[in-house]
Amino acid sequence: MVEQSQAQALYIKDLKRHKRKVRFFRILILVIFLAQWEITAAFHIVDPFIFSSPSRLIHCCYDMLLHNSLLYHIGITLFETLVSFFLVTLFTILIATILWLSKGISETLDPYLVVLNSLPKSALAPLLIVWLGGNYKTIIVTGMSVAIFGSILSLYTTFLTMDADKLLLIRTLGGTKKDVLFKILIPGNIPVILSIMKVNIGLCLVGVIIGEFIAAKKGLGYLIIYGSQVFKLDWVILSILILCIIAMTLYQLTSSIENKYVKMRNH
Amino acid sequence: MQSILELSNIDYYYHTVSGETKALSNISFSVTPGEFVAIVGPSGCGKSTLLSLIAGLLTPSNGEISYHEHPIAPEDTRQIGYMLQKDHLLEWRTIKKNVLLGLEIQKKLTVDTLSYVEQLLDTYGLSSFADKHPSELSGGMRQRAALIRTLVLKPDLLLLDEPFSALDYQTRLNVSNDIGNIIRKEHKTAILVTHDLSEAISMGDRIIVLSSRPGRIRRIIPIQFSQELTPMEKRNASEFKHYFNMIWKEFERNG
Repeated sequence: MVEQSQAQALYIKDLKRHKRKVRFFRILILVIFLAQWEITAAFHIVDPFIFSSPSRLIHCCYDMLLHNSLLYHIGITLFETLVSFFLVTLFTILIATILWLSKGISETLDPYLVVLNSLPKSALAPLLIVWLGGNYKTIIVTGMSVAIFGSILSLYTTFLTMDADKLLLIRTLGGTKKDVLFKILIPGNIPVILSIMKVNIGLCLVGVIIGEFIAAKKGLGYLIIYGSQVFKLDWVILSILILCIIAMTLYQLTSSIENKYVKMRNH
Repeated sequence: MQSILELSNIDYYYHTVSGETKALSNISFSVTPGEFVAIVGPSGCGKSTLLSLIAGLLTPSNGEISYHEHPIAPEDTRQIGYMLQKDHLLEWRTIKKNVLLGLEIQKKLTVDTLSYVEQLLDTYGLSSFADKHPSELSGGMRQRAALIRTLVLKPDLLLLDEPFSALDYQTRLNVSNDIGNIIRKEHKTAILVTHDLSEAISMGDRIIVLSSRPGRIRRIIPIQFSQELTPMEKRNASEFKHYFNMIWKEFERNG
């Protein structure tokens, strides 16, 4: 017993050491990257005007917060992303359900969905602007267009893999298709819905930025395009960094909802 | 005695793109209240199809099914309980919530039915597992939970479609004994489909032997033991071997 617990302790220790090592190198890469960036820019090995530098970015960030309402632009992008995300989630569940309810509809629509899903959605953006105008509606629709088709297809495919015997079970208990939907399909697939949502939030952000590139007068996508046009590359790089942070935060948020659900269910 | 269920001259054809297959041919028998009928036959002889027809999940190609002496109507099927091969307990529901599934669907969640659920869970040793999830239960307990899920709907007639085939042998003996006793105790009429002769003899009052496809009735054998025995005890009774050989010969003759 003593021997075994020693081995166990050694195992845990190894595991911890490994984790520490990974964390250390992760931070090290960041520090080295920032340091070389700052130094090469300071000694003009790279042109700070086009490559910027960490110190310039901090300064730029402060400046933009004061004079260029940076928070407002972040807020706009976030708002548009979240709205398109919620609409995508809603329509995905709704449309996947309709496709599942009617074999006729799903078989008829299948080729269209496949085409729409494989189409590069950014190609639609210029059209959407002309049709819907250069406003937030266009951007939300662009955000949705990137995520929705793939999302419908993956949820519908999951619905199809439902065990046929579960359907039989509901029928033997005197239930109808409605009962299959609300007792089996939706509650049984919540983990799948959550993981589809996790992918969608990132895709919606991509779509929103594409939309802002071409249609907006506000938002981070607008700052990136505008910054590159007037050669304020500090703006561009800063906006990209903020996008990284937003993308990570949104992903973490949906992940934590997923984790919470898993915990609740296992309770 | 009045029959609870009567099948007369039932035929059933399956349709696929490559053609039609006759699954059942000229099936006629009746079941009286409180009786336990076991249907045996080689695999693919249409045993499960027969239960699906009785449960109203399929419609016979020819012939008629009467329920309480009237042609069976769609609303009658709610009084027929159907137990499937696997328990199909839903992993995201607790045992109690699983047991309530049928009541929820039929909108029969009342104080009375809930107390009946509690009583059944208690009687059959599942009350301490009511808030557990199915994965925490053994195969036998899961099957018992599935039976309770069917029983809470107070079915008039129970259909059992090889409900023990997914269990390992030892559990299978115990659970079939258990469930046989539960069904007797609740005075239910039951039809059991199985390919296991011993199971049929130990549980049934009457055994219907089907031929291979298309399934026809080869013989109906009443089973009688000299005294009241549990399914497990019947396996050791002297009559058991006699019935076993009789049905075995019937199978052999089938070829």
